[in-house]
Amino acid sequence: MTELQRFQYDVVVIGAGGAGLRAAIEARMAGKKTAIISKSLFGKAHTVMAEGGAAAAMGNVNSNDNWQVHFRDTMRGGKFLNHFRMAELHAKEAPERIWELETYGALFDRTADGKISQRNFGGHEYPRLAHVGDRTGLELIRTLQQKIVSLQQEDFAATGDYEANLRVFHETTITELLLTDGKIAGAFGYVRESGEFLLFETPAVVLATGGIGKSYKVTSNSWEYTGDGHALALRAGATLVNMEFLQFHPTGMVWPPSVKGILVTESVRGDGGILKNSEGKRFMFDYVPDVFREKYAETPEEADRWYKDADNNRRPPELLPRDEVARAINSEVKAGRGTKAGGVYLDIASRLPAEEIRKRLPSMYHQFKELADVDITAEPMEVGPTCHYVMGGVEVDPDSTQSRVPGLFAAGEVSGGMHGSNRLGGNSLSDLLVFGKRAGEHAAAYADSNGPSTVAQSDVDAAIAGALAPFTNDGENPYALQHELQLVMNDLVGIIRTEAELAEAITRLAAIRERVSRVQATGGRRYNPGWHLALDLRNMLVVSECTAMAALERKESRGGHTREDHPEMAAEWRKVNLICGLDGEKVTLNPQPLPPLPPELLNLFEKSELKKYMTAQELEGHGG
Amino acid sequence: MTNTATQPPRPRAAIAAKTLRTDRWWLAPLLTVLGLGAWVTYATVRVFLQNNYWVEKYHYLTPFYSPCVSKGCDPHAAHFGQFLPDSPLIPYAALSLPFLLLFRLTCYYYRKAYYRSFWMSPPACAVPDGHKTYGGETRFPLIFQNAHRYAFYAAVVISLINTWDAFLAHEKADGAFGFGLGNVVLWVNVIMLWAYTASCHSCRHIVGGRLKHFSKHPVRYKLWGWVSVLNGKHMQLAWITLATLAITDFYVMAVAAGWINDLRFVG
Amino acid sequence: MASKRQFRVWRGDENGGDLQDFAVEVNEGEVVLDIVHRLQATETPDLAVRWNCKAGKCGSCSMEINGMPKLACMTRMSSFAEDETITITPLRTFPVMRDLVTDVSFNYEKARETPSFAPPAGVAPGDYRMQQVDVERSQEFRKCIECFLCQNTCHVVRDHEENKEAFSGPRFFIRAAELDMHPLDAKTDRKEYAQAEQGLGFCNITKCCTEVCPEHIKITDNAIIPMKERVVDRRYDPIVWLGSKIFRRTS
Repeated sequence: MTELQRFQYDVVVIGAGGAGLRAAIEARMAGKKTAIISKSLFGKAHTVMAEGGAAAAMGNVNSNDNWQVHFRDTMRGGKFLNHFRMAELHAKEAPERIWELETYGALFDRTADGKISQRNFGGHEYPRLAHVGDRTGLELIRTLQQKIVSLQQEDFAATGDYEANLRVFHETTITELLLTDGKIAGAFGYVRESGEFLLFETPAVVLATGGIGKSYKVTSNSWEYTGDGHALALRAGATLVNMEFLQFHPTGMVWPPSVKGILVTESVRGDGGILKNSEGKRFMFDYVPDVFREKYAETPEEADRWYKDADNNRRPPELLPRDEVARAINSEVKAGRGTKAGGVYLDIASRLPAEEIRKRLPSMYHQFKELADVDITAEPMEVGPTCHYVMGGVEVDPDSTQSRVPGLFAAGEVSGGMHGSNRLGGNSLSDLLVFGKRAGEHAAAYADSNGPSTVAQSDVDAAIAGALAPFTNDGENPYALQHELQLVMNDLVGIIRTEAELAEAITRLAAIRERVSRVQATGGRRYNPGWHLALDLRNMLVVSECTAMAALERKESRGGHTREDHPEMAAEWRKVNLICGLDGEKVTLNPQPLPPLPPELLNLFEKSELKKYMTAQELEGHGG
Repeated sequence: MTNTATQPPRPRAAIAAKTLRTDRWWLAPLLTVLGLGAWVTYATVRVFLQNNYWVEKYHYLTPFYSPCVSKGCDPHAAHFGQFLPDSPLIPYAALSLPFLLLFRLTCYYYRKAYYRSFWMSPPACAVPDGHKTYGGETRFPLIFQNAHRYAFYAAVVISLINTWDAFLAHEKADGAFGFGLGNVVLWVNVIMLWAYTASCHSCRHIVGGRLKHFSKHPVRYKLWGWVSVLNGKHMQLAWITLATLAITDFYVMAVAAGWINDLRFVG
Repeated sequence: MASKRQFRVWRGDENGGDLQDFAVEVNEGEVVLDIVHRLQATETPDLAVRWNCKAGKCGSCSMEINGMPKLACMTRMSSFAEDETITITPLRTFPVMRDLVTDVSFNYEKARETPSFAPPAGVAPGDYRMQQVDVERSQEFRKCIECFLCQNTCHVVRDHEENKEAFSGPRFFIRAAELDMHPLDAKTDRKEYAQAEQGLGFCNITKCCTEVCPEHIKITDNAIIPMKERVVDRRYDPIVWLGSKIFRRTS
C-alpha cells in the first residue's frame, strides 16, 4: 500500500493566489484550523503578474466615484451578462478590502494628500485602480503572504507552533475532491518534492486555483493554470457557468520569442500609448462600437487632450474594454496590416519623454530591456491578443460563494459570474479580495455547522490508483499531447470562432480524451514534472471541452466570445447562462436563465442604454 | 518545511567544481590588489621621505603633509602649529593621516574592495571564500568598522584643512596673488575629496537617511537626494581621489624638487 | 536561425549526481528556460525544474548558469558565445531536492522569524495617510520577488552552513529596512532586532546580493548599510557606549 499522510482541517483552501490567501486569512481569523494548498512555492502565485491595479471606488482621485458607478462600469464591461449580485457586492466591498490591506502593511502609491492614488484604466469611468507602479499584483500577494506569516506568529506566541492553525502546504497539488453523502469530506493530492500522497479530511474546501490559460498556445499564464479547480469542481458534481468567455489580453508581446505572451499592461495605454498598424495609422478610431460611441473621442486631437483634462474631453479609443481592443487588433492583422510576427505596434516611445516612461512603467521598462533587449522608451512594441483570463468558472451563490456541492466554495478566477462576458482590467484583483474574504468567511461558518468529516477508504484507494496510473500506462509523452491540445484550442476555439471550427474542435478533443487516459509518465515520483503534467492534462481536457461546447452553443458575439458566423450581440442570449457539468465521464451543457436585475439596480442605468442589451419585456421594470 | 536546526542539514547538490564561473571573475580583485598595493606603497614611501612636500615660492603643500604639524616641518608650511616631535618614524602629518587611513579603511566601498581582493571573503560572487569559519563584522576587531561615522567627521575636518591649503596656495611667497597649474591640481584634488567625503554612506545617513518621514524635512530630503546621487558614484570617487591625491603629491614633489617648473597663468 | 548548442545540466538528488551533456536546439530570441523546457519536452521529461511566470516576475526559476546565480527566464541565449558550453546547476546554498530544484525552506523559516508589520494603534482602515516620498524607500524593497538569489549568493551562508542559524540573509535585511522605513510601522526596535537576531553584523558588504538581484534593488546601499548606520546610531555612539559600560546597564 502506498504511504499516505492524513490531516484534519476545518477549512482547506486550494490555491495560494490572492483569493486563496485572502480566504485563508478570513477562515483563520474566524478561528478555524485552515490549510492552504499551493501548487508552487508560497508567494509565487499568478496574481503577481497583475500589473495595473485593483479597482475600488474609493473616490480618492475623483470624488464623483462611488459603488454605483463602479457597478455600472462592471456591468457594461461584462455586457450585462454578469451576475448582478456579484457585481454589486464587488463594487460595494472593494474599497474596504483595499483599505484593509494597508493595515497588513501594503504600500500603495499615494495622492498628494496622502491617500491611496488611483489610476485610469480601460472601461472605468473614473481613476479607480489602486496601484504600486506596475507591480500591484506582487504587492497584493506579498501583503497577504506577510499577513499570513503574522497570523502564524500570533499562533506561535500562543501555542509554540507556527502551523497550529494555519499551514501552507507548498508545492502540493490536489488531484481529487472526496465526498461523503454528497457533501465535501476531503481532498486528496501529492507533494511535488516527494511524490507522496496527502489526504485532507475537511468539511469545507475553497477553490482558488485560478484559470485555464495553459490550454492555449499563446498565453500569459504559467504552467499551473491547467483548470484544476474547474475540473475538481466538475468531478465533485458542481457546475461551471459560461466557460465560452475567455479574455484575450489585447496587448501581449508577439516578438521577440523570449517575451512572447508577456503582457504589456493597459496602463501603457492609460498613460498615452497608442496602437498603430504597419501602415502607421492609429486605427482604434475605426473600431468604436455604437454602444460606446458617446464616451469615446472621435479625433486624435480630442483623445490627446483627455490625458490632461479628462473632465472635458472624451477618452481615447485605445482605452476601450479589452475585448474591443483585442478584436480590433485581430481585424487589422487579418486585413494584412499587421507586423511580420502577427501583431500591431504599441507606441509609447514617441508619446512621452524616456525619463517619464521609465518612471511610470519601471518594471515594464526593465522587463523588456532585460528579457529581450527591447527599449520601450525608444521603439514601439509589437503586440497582439494573448489568452489571459477566463470569465467563466464554477457556478456559485454570490453571497456565500458556495457551489452546488455543499462545502465546496470558489473564489477568484476559478469562479464564474462576476465578470459576465468580459472582465474589466483591475476588477480581478478586487474580485480576489472581495470574494476571497467571503469564501473564507462562509467556509468557516459552514465548517461550524458541519463537524469533522471522514472519507471512504475506497475513494482514497481510487484516488491513489488514478494518480499512479500514468506510471503504468503505455501511451504518449504528456508534453506532446499538451502541445496538441493547445493547438486545437488556439486555432479552433481562439479569439474568433465559427461553427465549423468549433465542431471540429469538439471532435478532436474527443480523440485527445482517449489518448489522455493512456498518457505515460517516465521516471520516479519525486519532483517529476512529466508525471505532474500527465495528471494535469485530464483537467485541461475536460475544461477545454466545456469551453468548446459552450462556444458552439452560444450563437452570438459578446465580450470574450466572438462568433464570426453570429457577429451581433443578441438580447435573447443575454438572458442565458450556459451551465457545464459532468455526467460520469461525459461533459454536459445546459442553458439556464440569468437572474434578472432587480429594479433598484436596473434604475442605475438610462433606459436608452439598456435598450442596447435587453429585450423590451425586460425593460418593463425600469422606472425611467 | 521540516528542516530544523537540530537535524543535520540536508545535503546540497554534489557539484565537484568549486566554481563554475567561466568569466574572468579574478580580474577585478586582481586589479584591486594591484591598484591599492601600488598606492599604499607610494604613499608610505612619500610620507616617510620628509622632503619635497612644500613649494615655498608658490605655497603649494601636498595633502600627504597637511596639516604639517611636526617640529621638522618648514615653518612656512605649518599653518596649524608645530608640536609633534621631529623623528624619521613620525610623518609630518601624523595628526591627520591615521584618520584619513581610518576613514578609507572603514569606508563601505573599500571594505568591499579589500574583503574581496585581499581577504578573499569572497573573491567574487559565487566563488568560495577562502576561510574555514566566518564571523563577519560581528566581533572584535572588525566590529570597529562601525566607527566609520566618526572617521567621517574627522575626514570633514581634514577636507576643510585641505581646502584652506588650496586657498593659501594662491598667495605667493612675495604676498602677491598667484595662479598656476599647481593650483588647478590642488583644487581638483580638493573638489574630488569633498565629493568622495560627501558621497560617504555615513554622510548620506546623517543628512537624511536616518529620518522616517522625509515629508516633514523637505530640506534634508533634498540634501539626501543629492548625497544619494553622489553616493551612487562612491566607488568611482574612491578611486578618483586615490589618483588625485597621488597626482597632487607627485606634482608638488616634482615642482619642489625642481624636476619640472610650474606652469604659471598669473604671477 | 536554429542551431544545436552544448549544455551541461546537473542531474541528481541528495544522494549525488553529475553534470550530463546535452546538445539542444536553440532559436533566436530564446532564454535558458526555453532550452530547459525543450529538454523536458524531448529528452528528459522528468527533469525537475521550478518555474512559473517565465517573465521575471515570480522569482521561481532561480538556478546557477555558468556558475552565476540567475533567473533562467531572464538569461538570454544571445548573451553567450555560439560555441560556448552552458552549464546549468541548482542553487548551491540550499539542500538539493532533485535536479535543478532546491529546498528553499530556509528562507521561509527566516521570514517567519522576522517580526511583521505593526499597524499603528487607533488608525482605522481607510484613514492611513502617507506621503509618496515617505513610502518610496520601502516600496523599493517591496519590489523583491523572493527569488532568493541574494540568499544563495551570500557567502556568509553559501560558504558557511553553520551560519544559517544566526544569519537571516539580505532578503530579510531589506524586509527589516522596509519596515523600519515604513512611515506608519509602530515597532521601534527593528534595528536592534536586525543586529541581534538577524545577524546584520555578519554582512561584510561585499555586495554580491546587489550584484545578482534581478529586480535591481540596491540591497547593500539602500537597506543593509542604512540599517548598519541606524544600528550605529543606537549602539556604537561612543558616548552612549561608554555610558553603558560605566554604569553597567543591565540588558
